[in-house]
Amino acid sequence: MSDKKPKDDISGVETTGHSWDGITELNNPLPRWWVLTFYACIAWAVVYWVAMPAWPTISGHTKGLLGMSDRRQVDLEVAELVSSRAPQFAQLHATPIEMVSKNKELFQFAQESGRVAFAQNCSTCHGAGGQGAKGFPSLVDDVWLWDGSIQGIRSTLQTGIRTDHPEARFSQMPAFGRDKLLEPQQIADVAQYVLTLSRQPADARAAARGAEIFAANCVACHGAEGKGDQTQGAPNLTDREWLYGGTLQDITTQINLGRGGVMPTMSQRLDPATLDALAVYVHSLGGGT
Amino acid sequence: MKLIDALDRPSQDPLASGEAAHGVVRSDAVAVNNAQQRELYEKRQQIYPKAVRGVWRRTKWAIVALLLGIYYLVPFLRWDRPGAAPDQFLLVDFSGRRFYFGPIEIWPQELYYVTGLLILGAIGLFLASALFGRVWCGYACPQTVWTDLFIAVEHWFEGDRNQRIRLDKQAWDFNKAWRKTGKHVAWLIISLATGGWFVAYFHDAPTLFAGFFTLQAPMSAYVFAGLLTATTYVFAGTLREQVCTYMCPWPRIQAAMLDQEALSVTYRYDRGEPRGPHKKNDTWDGRGDCIDCRQCVAACPAGIDIRDGLQIECINCALCIDACDEIMVKIDRPRGLIAYDTIQNIERREAGEKSSYRFIRGRTLFYAVLFVGIGGLMLGGLFMRTTLDVNVQRDRAPLFVPLSTGQVRNAYTVKVLNKADHARDVRIRIKGVKGGHLLANELPVVDNSVVLTAGPDRVAQVRLFVVADPEHLNHRSVPVMIEVTSPNDGEVARSKSVFIRGEQSEERDDDD
Repeated sequence: MSDKKPKDDISGVETTGHSWDGITELNNPLPRWWVLTFYACIAWAVVYWVAMPAWPTISGHTKGLLGMSDRRQVDLEVAELVSSRAPQFAQLHATPIEMVSKNKELFQFAQESGRVAFAQNCSTCHGAGGQGAKGFPSLVDDVWLWDGSIQGIRSTLQTGIRTDHPEARFSQMPAFGRDKLLEPQQIADVAQYVLTLSRQPADARAAARGAEIFAANCVACHGAEGKGDQTQGAPNLTDREWLYGGTLQDITTQINLGRGGVMPTMSQRLDPATLDALAVYVHSLGGGT
Repeated sequence: MKLIDALDRPSQDPLASGEAAHGVVRSDAVAVNNAQQRELYEKRQQIYPKAVRGVWRRTKWAIVALLLGIYYLVPFLRWDRPGAAPDQFLLVDFSGRRFYFGPIEIWPQELYYVTGLLILGAIGLFLASALFGRVWCGYACPQTVWTDLFIAVEHWFEGDRNQRIRLDKQAWDFNKAWRKTGKHVAWLIISLATGGWFVAYFHDAPTLFAGFFTLQAPMSAYVFAGLLTATTYVFAGTLREQVCTYMCPWPRIQAAMLDQEALSVTYRYDRGEPRGPHKKNDTWDGRGDCIDCRQCVAACPAGIDIRDGLQIECINCALCIDACDEIMVKIDRPRGLIAYDTIQNIERREAGEKSSYRFIRGRTLFYAVLFVGIGGLMLGGLFMRTTLDVNVQRDRAPLFVPLSTGQVRNAYTVKVLNKADHARDVRIRIKGVKGGHLLANELPVVDNSVVLTAGPDRVAQVRLFVVADPEHLNHRSVPVMIEVTSPNDGEVARSKSVFIRGEQSEERDDDD
């Protein structure tokens, strides 16, 4: 490089030598801190390329000397968390489930881990607080199609409802209308009768006709008084809680179609201790018997 | 550059050498931060404050010693607390979520006490400013305290102003190398001691220090110790007056706080002007007392000339007062040419009146009343602070649960905060629901209430249900009061919530 860099006469600042229409460009340097930061960034980038996953290759990417991987990091943290909770889960599983609430700390643990498991696995159907929806049972009220004791809830979680698990809870209401087991007029009559069971206003003469149809077709499961039977999952028709709605139209539709939902076999996707925690949590929502 | 220099700047001081008065050498110090002299884009010029002796310097050393003493002593003060609570006098316990200050223990919910302290600090600063100007900047600000300390170290290694200038100008040799190295090592040690000690306010100090050097301390301790070491080193070692001038907002706020009657370090130009060198046996009549010896400029750590009047750079450190007084004694003139004075007093003297100081003014009274008032409120709050509190979370999903019996159930998660140092049994009632009865999962209900045991300094939690017949409730939503009583000491805590009845088939709402 030559020592003689062209300088601007007025400012005394070095110029780039470029001149347009008689205007020469000054070569004012960038602030030194800026330049140093820039070089430091370049150096850092080189270090980063070597140390961290950075460059794409045809079938993947360079792994970097540090072998850093967010995915593995997450796995490690999850594994650490699982192992830190393992003793409590072991204790939970070893404790008879109805005794859990006697141990304050264990009960707290079961409720908290149950709450998380519920949010991940159950709330899609049963709602965030277990309040249910039409066709999806509420877990917070005092009405249970199946056993609402803590063991009963645990058992439902274990097998599921209407699944292919050999011990699954299973109930099936016939589709009286769709399968032409009853005439539409008969269905209308029995629907009127069902309304009277829960003391709702109904057509008395149609209900009287419906009572006979009910006695012939429904009592096997729902009982002579319509109070249902928990051992076979038949709902009580005399209370105010309805899975598919309690209006005349809702009841008629249900007699026609005999709908019934499926609850998955939770033991296929969750470990036993988590099921214990879930049972404790669901039982503590307020509806458990 | 040169052109601008020649046009705008006063020449670099042709009178640099010589005598200002008999036996008083004129300093060649230049006020590099002088407003007329400083260019906006100019690089910072190193300031070499000259060491001074005098009453203000001694006062400052005493305050530096006091403040550093407090800073280094407090983390090691112990305070006996019962149970598992830490025994450190002052501790900000982040992991335990508590703040301990002697007998006071504050939970995160009570952070308003800290807010109150900050408000008191601000008003205290306003009051001090209205009375004495920038005393905070000059004496108590950590930036000033540590800069003072660092300059002392610098003085010890490299000598006074002129020696330091010469050392910086000279070529590198062994002498320069060891002096510079020694200074920086000493600075780093002080910085580390500063940063490390700060961390001690957040951990059990003896355990922390035992673990710190064996790499057993938590990561955050090293990070913050390192961070504060770096800031101490950079702020007090190299940035110095730039922190005050460019980084700190206080000089700007100060401009609004200072008034005509507030004391500040003032050059009494009414007495000093016209300035000029004084020859032995010359008369002092018809001239000012300022002999333009520039000792005030040489002593200034902010690089200004106090004789230019109030300036934003001036931290009121009063070192120029000492520098000037020493000269005044030498030339046998009264002290106090530069002194703590008010703007108003100069005007008074120019108008032929006497100086007077008005500390009691509307502004100072207002700040004082505010300070005492807020301080009183906080003290009152602290004395009346209960050790029992309750937070209630009402179930929102679902808002209410209709039961097969026609009744309605609401659920509440009740958290009882036991701030006492011993476990307490508290009785919880939910009042306000006509005909409502209480249920709980794990606690027996006696007399429509439950008894919950809350551990010492702990939160106890229970989920409670209230079941009521909607027939008895006139509104969709009924206000309820969750009442927690501690039978043994009579403390009561309450929290409001609602009981939601839900819509009834026979609509009879009159409120919505």
